[in-house]
Amino acid sequence: MKRIALLGMPNCGKSSLFNRVTGASARIGNWPGITVDLMRARLLIGAHMVEMVDLPGIYDLNGYTDDEHVVRDFLGSQPVDLLVLVVNAAQAERQLRLFLQARTLGLPMVVLFNMADEARRLGIGIDTAAFTAHTGIAAHRISAKFGDGVPAALARIGHQLGDADAGMARFDTLADADLEHPLDQLAHHAIHAPPTLSVQHSDRIDRVALHPLLGPLVFIAAMALVFNAVFLLGAPLQEGIGSVFDFLHSAVLTPLLAPLPDWARGFLIEGVYNGVSTVATFVPLIVLFFFLMALVEDSGYLSRAAFLMDALMSRLGLDGRSFVMLVMGFGCNVPALMGTRIMRARPLRLLSMLIIPLSLCSARLQVFLFIGAAVFPAKWAPWALLSLYLFSIAAAVLTAWLFRKRFASREPFALELPPYRLPTARHVLLRGWHEVRHFVHRASRFIIAGVALVWLLTHLPVGVDAAGTASWAGQIGSWLEPLLSPIGIDVQLTLALLFGFVAKEVMIGAMAVIFGQEGSALGDTLAQHLSLAQAYSFMLFTLLYTPCLSTLATLHSESRSLRFTALAVVWPLALAWGTAWIAYQGLRLVGG
Amino acid sequence: MCALSELETGRDAQVVGLRADHDFAQRLHALGVRIGRTVRIVRRGALNGPLQLRIGTTDIMLRRTEAALIDTHPATVGV
Repeated sequence: MKRIALLGMPNCGKSSLFNRVTGASARIGNWPGITVDLMRARLLIGAHMVEMVDLPGIYDLNGYTDDEHVVRDFLGSQPVDLLVLVVNAAQAERQLRLFLQARTLGLPMVVLFNMADEARRLGIGIDTAAFTAHTGIAAHRISAKFGDGVPAALARIGHQLGDADAGMARFDTLADADLEHPLDQLAHHAIHAPPTLSVQHSDRIDRVALHPLLGPLVFIAAMALVFNAVFLLGAPLQEGIGSVFDFLHSAVLTPLLAPLPDWARGFLIEGVYNGVSTVATFVPLIVLFFFLMALVEDSGYLSRAAFLMDALMSRLGLDGRSFVMLVMGFGCNVPALMGTRIMRARPLRLLSMLIIPLSLCSARLQVFLFIGAAVFPAKWAPWALLSLYLFSIAAAVLTAWLFRKRFASREPFALELPPYRLPTARHVLLRGWHEVRHFVHRASRFIIAGVALVWLLTHLPVGVDAAGTASWAGQIGSWLEPLLSPIGIDVQLTLALLFGFVAKEVMIGAMAVIFGQEGSALGDTLAQHLSLAQAYSFMLFTLLYTPCLSTLATLHSESRSLRFTALAVVWPLALAWGTAWIAYQGLRLVGG
Repeated sequence: MCALSELETGRDAQVVGLRADHDFAQRLHALGVRIGRTVRIVRRGALNGPLQLRIGTTDIMLRRTEAALIDTHPATVGV
């Protein structure tokens, strides 16, 4: 099998190309000696079976960030048959710098000038024939977003693979390469750019989006729109899925499992099936959420958020990128933690990693959607949710402010503001599909095991009342009671919290098992069982307490420090308890 | 000559000197900030926030403290 590595700067559209070429077949791959996960896919190009690897986007092969180390480690340790360098055609005169560096590696290479359509609109022409004549390296113009030129480029890649022998990159001449003079030469030969550029529509959008007063309002409005859309569009989908599961329960599972003994039926239906099906009804909401986040992310808006927030973040010892990672963490904390690899100064990276787990991820969103809908009046529920997002950001700000002296750093901050782009449906749909698969993966690992364990804890020793005080679950709950009753969390909810440590998705499933009900019946029970003050305190505690197991593992592998990981567990726990205590006691005073 | 941080918003200027350390100079080169290039401040962030710079077709943001390390020669004719 041949191996192709995709290399390019951030904002060159490398991942769009990877997604277009590999479709839904991409997987996270592991390589010996490479500590991070890279996306890879197997596909047929011409007559060759090819493994295509998507390397992180980097500015500089000689650079100092962790991402740049990853690329060097990969190219230095894994044989590569062909290096495919993706260049943003609209920024070719700058991005070809990476080409000049990559050329010194001694690997066979093809250069793809991506976003040729966008470059043409800006009046920038790329002369690929002149490029090849000047450098001896094949080049193609493509649009990864719309697919123009991609078949021809793949044909060229297939052709080149025929002659290529796999090799390891050489780094001995990289550091000495003179880049500035050849870059001017190359740009002079191959790039035709007008002397001044027409005013782009990005400028017009930026006049509002980066406005000192309107900008922050636009940001809050965009986020509020996302959450309200999740509620509005997601609720009917959720009901639909719920009724499918109800039907399966009554029409298929009950007759099918009738011959089994009582305990086995209880375990399978009230344990595993109720737990998993309650969690599964949230999949459409989460997919919707990721669709909308993908829209925001692909549009180029997030770097504007970084611009707006940098003044505040710099006072907290962070920078605009930390804020973007915090927003990315709304999807899932794990990739956001990995995203901090672009930061060079370790204290800055650690401080960012300390606050990211406080951001309200989609798994926690499930819990809040469920409890919010069950316990709060319908018109309050979206605002209760928005308040949790604000708490999440406030907790991050407070944490950064408290720890800014311990993790003091001084890193120059330079970030690109790419032009606004309309995301394609294909790319957004693909993102959604990856999330569904991610959910199924987590479901098979954590959720089934989690809910099964909850059922056992609530039903053992044999003969006790389900989830009663005599059960193992009840005993665990009563040990922790002195700690959790001041914040209004009772024995049953304590157990849900314990399992939320494994994965927050398990919490709703765990409650289904603990209360012996699923779906809307569980919601009704919770509404009777919990006061508003208890429900809100429980949601706040869930928001802030220990990160899930995957996040914890990522914190440890990225920080390579047990002490830091311990801090990232203990501090949020203390913060969660304090916040929930204030909220619970406060709400009780006003009669909640 | 004036430091980039002091340059008038909207006015073109030529980069004539970088006083950044090696690593940061490399990063600036990768983003297109090099001696001889024309640069302009598109806007200044509120509350002493970062600068939005335009170099050719690339927009970047840079903090004022870092922009102070870049020497420029403002164009005599305003744009």
